Amino acid sequence: MAKFVLQAEDLDLLIQAIRADGYQVLGPVIRDQAIAYGAVEKADDLPRGWTDEQEKGHYRLRRRNDDAYFGYAASPQSWKQYLQLPRRQVWQARKSDLGIQVREVVDEAPAVAFLGVRSCELHAIAIQDRVFVDAHYRNDSYVNRRAEIFTVAVNCTSAAATCFCTSMHTGPSVTLPSDLAMTEVITDGEHYFLVGSDSYRGRQILKQLPVRPATAENLQMADKAIQAAVQQMEDGPRHFDSSDLKELLYRNLDSPAWDEVAERCLSCANCTMACPTCFCSTVEDSTDLEGAEAERWERWDSCFTGEFSHLSGGAVRPDTRSRYRQWMTHKLASWYDQFGSSGCVGCGRCITWCPVGIDLTEQVSRIRELEEP
Amino acid sequence: MKKAKLAVWKFTSCDGCQLSLLDCEDELLQLAEVVDIAYFKEASSREVAGPYDLSLVEGSITTADEKQRIREVRRQSRALVTIGACATAGGIQALRNFADVEEFMAVVYAQPETIATLETSTPISAHVAVDFELQGCPINKRQLLEVISALLHQRPPQVPAHSVCIECKLRGNVCVWVARGTPCMGPVTHAGCGALCPSYDRGCYGCYGPKENPNTESLCDWWQGELEADRVTVIENLRNFNAGAPAFERESRRQLGGAGQEQSDDPE
Repeated sequence: MAKFVLQAEDLDLLIQAIRADGYQVLGPVIRDQAIAYGAVEKADDLPRGWTDEQEKGHYRLRRRNDDAYFGYAASPQSWKQYLQLPRRQVWQARKSDLGIQVREVVDEAPAVAFLGVRSCELHAIAIQDRVFVDAHYRNDSYVNRRAEIFTVAVNCTSAAATCFCTSMHTGPSVTLPSDLAMTEVITDGEHYFLVGSDSYRGRQILKQLPVRPATAENLQMADKAIQAAVQQMEDGPRHFDSSDLKELLYRNLDSPAWDEVAERCLSCANCTMACPTCFCSTVEDSTDLEGAEAERWERWDSCFTGEFSHLSGGAVRPDTRSRYRQWMTHKLASWYDQFGSSGCVGCGRCITWCPVGIDLTEQVSRIRELEEP
Repeated sequence: MKKAKLAVWKFTSCDGCQLSLLDCEDELLQLAEVVDIAYFKEASSREVAGPYDLSLVEGSITTADEKQRIREVRRQSRALVTIGACATAGGIQALRNFADVEEFMAVVYAQPETIATLETSTPISAHVAVDFELQGCPINKRQLLEVISALLHQRPPQVPAHSVCIECKLRGNVCVWVARGTPCMGPVTHAGCGALCPSYDRGCYGCYGPKENPNTESLCDWWQGELEADRVTVIENLRNFNAGAPAFERESRRQLGGAGQEQSDDPE
């Protein structure tokens, strides 16, 4: 793909061009002492000069020593919130003399642009696509929303301590298609974006911007910036070999590591809510007092709740040990059998947003350690 | 179709949960159309004799008289639903379970000999069979209407027993525990309030009582070890409106090294 240089002070022109094309732009904004996703109307809405400090059960907003727009790592919640809605009404029914009329509730899919999608997040969206679009049980609400998304991907040039995409082979360099892909470069008094496009509509936007073709040096600087993130993760404590995870977990369904983690796990479900690929939902059916109206709502669910596995007679997974084991073995092992890939993209959200700092990568090491004779 | 007969009963409580029913306003008229409000002293002096199709019971058991009266209510009720922290966990008055009630009376009343009370405050379920417990101090009126609708139409109530954390995440809240280091009871607390406190930048203080499968011990260990909460803060959060709920009571006693066990009248 041809690469161009967009000066940092012209970033707003990119946002305005996408808006003028009819998209609502969603991207990183500072909210509730975090860099979360929300409505972006102008470049000034972005968290310029801010970053995040992430560790087990710990997140703090911090000042950077430069003016980077995208100098932060994974947000508290992923793009999932806009594609697989946390709650949505599925149908409404009314009982009358004519019988029961059921009306499907078709929610409007707005034209939305995601600004600042990371490589791990593109992988996460691709994983959810396999669940909701390609698989046997399509979710029309997801399909309609997904079809309208314009993606502006951003290569990661710094990683949080909780990031491990290099171990899961999902980043930090953007490899999956997006409408526009950018790398932010800050060097020697220069601040620019290297921009390329994978799509027709992306190129139409690019055409409207005051860009110039990238030089070999620009390309080199961008590559160096991405390599810095790679290095950070490879030197970090969460780097591990993921090639045998499926076999490892299948061999260790009775590992004492599950008992250990169950002592700490709160079964609060934060990990599954924050995870960009966890796709489970439930439906809630209710009636009004009179019994004349009924509704069905879909909402996010979690394998950490008792109700999730409730069948006649009780929960199939009544204790925390069985719930944690279900989540982790599905995510890292049986996902391969079901969808042909890992369910983990290494974004580290489950580590950061676990209130008691349970670390998936530590659990993998622990299982390995306890297996050794 | 014959209207179902509804009764609302009060035991030791502040009346706040019954008031949630009156607070329904718009839906109250609809409720009056579909059920016969046969006994509801807070709303009307009309009394229709039992049996009742649905009894809502507020309050805990703190006197010998109440122990008898709840049996009669049970006998008269096809379905019995307890509402609020008092009825489901003993309420704030269950703080007496950790202390000497004689001593309390001597301090508070000029003539303590005129008081007839039990040594403990216990939930309704410690005395009679309960068909459904709706937790909260006070309960959420939407959930109350949901429970009534569900029982009237013989379907399961949509009152999930999961954590407040799920409500936070559904609302898109940024976790106050992780992003600010604020001690929050959300991970062990039953959903129902819609994550009210965390939505206003403060920690949950557990007014809906324990969720299903709560790990109170692990929560308190992290509060103390990582969030620098002192033991007093931990105990204050456990010994609140739901002090007598087994998961909270057990942990507050552990925090005190098992102190006060001899006075325990654990409803478990």
